[in-house]
Amino acid sequence: MLKIIAARFRQGFRTAPYPKTAPSLPDRFRGKPIIDSSRCPDDCRRCVEACPTEALRKTGDSLQMDLGRCLFCADCEKICPSHAVSFSKDHRLAVRSRKDLILTGEPLRLADALDGKMRRLFGRSLKLRQVSAGGCNACEADVNVLNTLVFDLGRFGIQFVASPRHADGLLITGPVTQNMDLALRKTFEALPSPAVVIAVGSCAISGGPFIGHPEIAGCPEKNIPIDLFIPGCPPHPYTILDGLLRLLDRLESSSKK
Amino acid sequence: MRNGETISIGSIPSLSFNEFRHEVLSDLQPGGRLATIFSLPLPNGRHRLVVVSLDGKEGVLRPCSTEISQRYPSLTADSPQFHLFERELAEQWGLHPVNHPWLKPVRFHPPYAPVPTIFSEDGAVPIPGRMPFFQVHGEEIHEVAVGPVHAGIIEPGHFRFQCHGEKVLHLEISLGYQHRGIERRLTGGPDRRTIHYMETAAGDTTVGHATAHCELVESLAGVEAPLRAQALRAVALELERLANHTGDLGALAGDVGFLPTASYCGRLRGDFLNLTALLCGNRFGRGLVIPGGTGFDVDAAIVSELMDRLNRTLADVKNAVDLLWSTPSVMGRFEDTGTLTRDHARRLGLVGVAARACGLERDVRFECPSGLFRFAHIPVSTYSSGDVFARAHVRWLEIERSARFIREQLQSLPEGPVQVPLTPFKSNTLAVSLIEGWRGEICHSAMTDDQGRFARYKIVDPSFHNWTGLALAMRNQQISDFPLCNKSFNLSYCGHDL
Repeated sequence: MLKIIAARFRQGFRTAPYPKTAPSLPDRFRGKPIIDSSRCPDDCRRCVEACPTEALRKTGDSLQMDLGRCLFCADCEKICPSHAVSFSKDHRLAVRSRKDLILTGEPLRLADALDGKMRRLFGRSLKLRQVSAGGCNACEADVNVLNTLVFDLGRFGIQFVASPRHADGLLITGPVTQNMDLALRKTFEALPSPAVVIAVGSCAISGGPFIGHPEIAGCPEKNIPIDLFIPGCPPHPYTILDGLLRLLDRLESSSKK
Repeated sequence: MRNGETISIGSIPSLSFNEFRHEVLSDLQPGGRLATIFSLPLPNGRHRLVVVSLDGKEGVLRPCSTEISQRYPSLTADSPQFHLFERELAEQWGLHPVNHPWLKPVRFHPPYAPVPTIFSEDGAVPIPGRMPFFQVHGEEIHEVAVGPVHAGIIEPGHFRFQCHGEKVLHLEISLGYQHRGIERRLTGGPDRRTIHYMETAAGDTTVGHATAHCELVESLAGVEAPLRAQALRAVALELERLANHTGDLGALAGDVGFLPTASYCGRLRGDFLNLTALLCGNRFGRGLVIPGGTGFDVDAAIVSELMDRLNRTLADVKNAVDLLWSTPSVMGRFEDTGTLTRDHARRLGLVGVAARACGLERDVRFECPSGLFRFAHIPVSTYSSGDVFARAHVRWLEIERSARFIREQLQSLPEGPVQVPLTPFKSNTLAVSLIEGWRGEICHSAMTDDQGRFARYKIVDPSFHNWTGLALAMRNQQISDFPLCNKSFNLSYCGHDL
C-alpha cells in the first residue's frame, strides 16, 4: 500500500495543459499541408505521380490536394523541385464537410460547432461508440490514447461506451472492409437518434492506402451521414481532440483560430 | 539459405509430394517451425507449393517445393502448424487439402484466381463468421458469441466459446473482418503504394513490417542499407517494442482492476511513441524505414534528447511495473491463468513473447539475425511457466534489455549516409526476410518473375501463428478471464487478416 502511494507521488500530475496552451509536437511532425501552385514549374506533374493515393490533382496550373486521401507521407514534398507542396506543424485538420478537405491555396475551413439542438444535447456530454472497420490499429491506438491521463478525455465530457445503445454517436476508423460493412451499419442503426458520426483517419474518409480495392466497401458516407472528418494516417491525438472539441464548441476562442 | 538471402527459383528443391512431405515434416521434427507457405499457379494449371521452414538452432531457412493439383493430401494431421496455412491456400486458390480436419475459410474473400470457392456449393463466398463452429453438446453446456464489434476500442474479430457454467471448454476464433486485400494487390509490384501497405499491414508494427519488407527488397536488389540506417532501424524497432510492451503491461493491470499501473503505463506508452515521432515526425514510425535505408537521419541534439527522455521514461516504467510484482492481488490473477505448455507451444509453432513465455528460445534477433542484430546482440528473454504472468514477465525483461540496446546503439551510431539507391531486382528469385517484431517473428517472402516484379509476395504476421495458442490457453479457464488472456497475447487482427 505504501509503495503504491509512493509511486503515485513519483509519477506526478501528467495531464497536458491543453487546450489552455498549444500542444507540444515533435519538430518533424507533418501537419496541415501548404500548397502554392504559383511555384509549380510548367507542366510539372511529379508530385501527382508520386502520390500513393492520388490525393494530388493538377488542373491547368492549379494544384489541389484531397486531405481525405492524404497519408501525410510527404512523398510529394520530397519530389517537388520548387517547394510548391510542404507540410506545416499545424495539427488542426478537422472539418465538417467532405468538400472542405479539398485543399487549394485557401485556408482550411476548420470544423464549426454542432448547431442548436445537437449542441444542447451533446455539448457537455458526448458518449461515443467506436467501430474499427478494417483499421490497422494506428488510428485505434491514437483514439484510445485520448483516454489516458495525458489527454484525459473525460474532463471534456466525452467518453467511449461499450454499446451503441448507450451512445450518442459513432466514431469510425478503417477503410470499411466488405467484411465489416454489415457490422458497421448494424451498429449505426442501433444508435438512438439523433446521433453524431465521426470519421477518423484517411482510411475511414476515403479508403486511404486501400482506395480502389474490391475488398473495401468504401466510404461509409454513402450509407451513414458523417458530421466530422478528421484526416491523417493516423491523425495525431491532438488532431482528433481538436476536432472533437471544435464540434462541441469547447475550445476557448484563443485556441480556435 | 540464411535470413535476408536470396536463391534462384531453380535451386529450390522441387520434390515429389511424398519426398516433400517427408522432407518438410523432418525439418519440423527437432523443434523447427514453419516460417511461411505460399503457392504459385503454374501455366499447366497446377500449383507450385513452397514451404520455408526455420531451423532456429542452425539459424537457417530451408525452402522446399512440390507441384500439386487442386486436391492434395493435407499435412495438418501430421503437424498442426499447417492448419491455418492450408486453409489459407484453400481460400486463395481453391486448393483442397484432402482430410484436413477443420477446413474453413480464414479471411472470407473470393479466390485470387477464377476458380470456384471450395467452401460453398453455389460458389458464393461465405459471410464472415457464418460457418459451423466446433460445438460441445450436453446438459448445461452453453455457447457464448463475442464480436465482431467489441466493447472497447479494438479491432474486430469473432470469438465463439463453448462453456459449462463459467468454465470454457473450447474457444474457436473466426477472423477475416479486417481483410483489405494487401497480398493480392502486391503481385506485380513494387509500386508507389507498396511501402504504405507494409506500414499499415499491422499499423502498431509499422517499423517491424516496413523493415522486413525493406530488407527483402534490398536483398532482391543486391544492395545493403548503410550501417547508420541499419542502426536507426534497429533503434526504431526496439522503441516499437518498448511502447507496445509498456502498453500491454498497463492493459494487463487494467484487466485485473489494478488501476495505478494501468494509468501510468498508458501515459508511458505514449511517451515511447513520442520518441519515435522525434525520429520521423510520426508516432508509429511512418516514413522512417524506406527501401534503401531510412527516410530520416539524426543529429547530436536529437540523440541527446532521445537518450535523456528514454532514461526518464524507463525509470517511470520500472516504478509502475514494480507495483505489479509486489501486489499479491495482481500476482494471484496473473499466475496459473491461461497456461500453455512448452510442448503445445512447440507443436503449434508459436513465436514471439507467447513462445518465449513457454520457455522456448525463439527470437530471430538471436537465431538468424539480420541488419544490425548481426553485430549487436540482445539476450533472449524467456520464462517457463507459460501463463499470463510469464507473458507479462517476458515483456518486462525485454523492456529492460531493449532500452539498454537502444542506449548502446545511440552512443555508437555509425557515421555515413542513411540511404542508398535501389538497383533493379533479380529475376526468378526467392527472397525471405525475418524480423523479430514486438509480437514475434514477421516473415516476408517474395518470388520475382522474369522482369524482377513480384510474382508472389507473402506476409506472415506473428499473429497468424499465435491465435491458435490463445484458443488453447483458454481451455478450462473462466470465461471472465478471457480479456486478461487475450491481452497477454495481444495479437493483431489486421496483421492476420491482411
